[in-house]
Amino acid sequence: MQSETKSRVDQLKSPSGSPVAVLRFEGDIASTSKDAVLGAYQALPKETTKLILLDFTGVEYINSSGIALVIQLLIEASHTGQTVYAFGLSAHFTKVFTMVGITKYARLFHSEAEALAAL
Amino acid sequence: MSESKSTTVEVRLPTRLGYEKVAMSTAASVAKLMGFPEDRVEDLKTAVAEACINAIEHGNRLNEKLSVGVVLQAGADSLEVKVLDDGTGIRRQPAKPDIDRKMHGEEDPRGMGMFLIQALVDEAEWVAGRDGASSYVRLLIKLDKEAE
Repeated sequence: MQSETKSRVDQLKSPSGSPVAVLRFEGDIASTSKDAVLGAYQALPKETTKLILLDFTGVEYINSSGIALVIQLLIEASHTGQTVYAFGLSAHFTKVFTMVGITKYARLFHSEAEALAAL
Repeated sequence: MSESKSTTVEVRLPTRLGYEKVAMSTAASVAKLMGFPEDRVEDLKTAVAEACINAIEHGNRLNEKLSVGVVLQAGADSLEVKVLDDGTGIRRQPAKPDIDRKMHGEEDPRGMGMFLIQALVDEAEWVAGRDGASSYVRLLIKLDKEAE
């Protein structure tokens, strides 16, 4: 019933030349999304990946279990000195992420271009 | 849709994660027919989804022999949603989630469903049935919230 979460990684460079790993999600982010969210994040090389962008453009449904997976990702990233940003959330999920405090640990942007320009 | 009398829509869901989306879509359809603005429809969708997930996971404990009832009552100026399960109800409200405590491993990253429900609708109450074998959550979202 839940739409399977797909994820892929693009390696980009910020305007200042820093490598940026963009984790792109598609589908629902729910309790069944652990591999797509945490698995994809954990597969990134920790030594060389210091900037991470989460792309929610293709995501329509995120529930509290999905939000918990994003928080787990942020916890792991904070332990390894990585900085996480996100973009592409709908107005509603931007509000929800703000309500639960995620914006304190991951700055949100409207678009990929806006996010990359700020890195 | 007539605004002068109450209209009831009922949905029965299997106790299976993912089916909360059926209730979510139904609630969104009713809210749109009532004239709720898009942002309030989105609030309602998340609140209904979280209420159903709680009923599936905690109320019915993922027992697929049980079902979750969803009753939507459209009034003149508000939409009431009841989500019913076969659990004993909650003993006490969990504390408001604290992102700092979660980030420092002092609090489970999960456990935000009830907080989101309360934050996104105008009224939310959890009611345990007298028989000890059923409970429901009642949500109310008002059509003219912005005008109040």
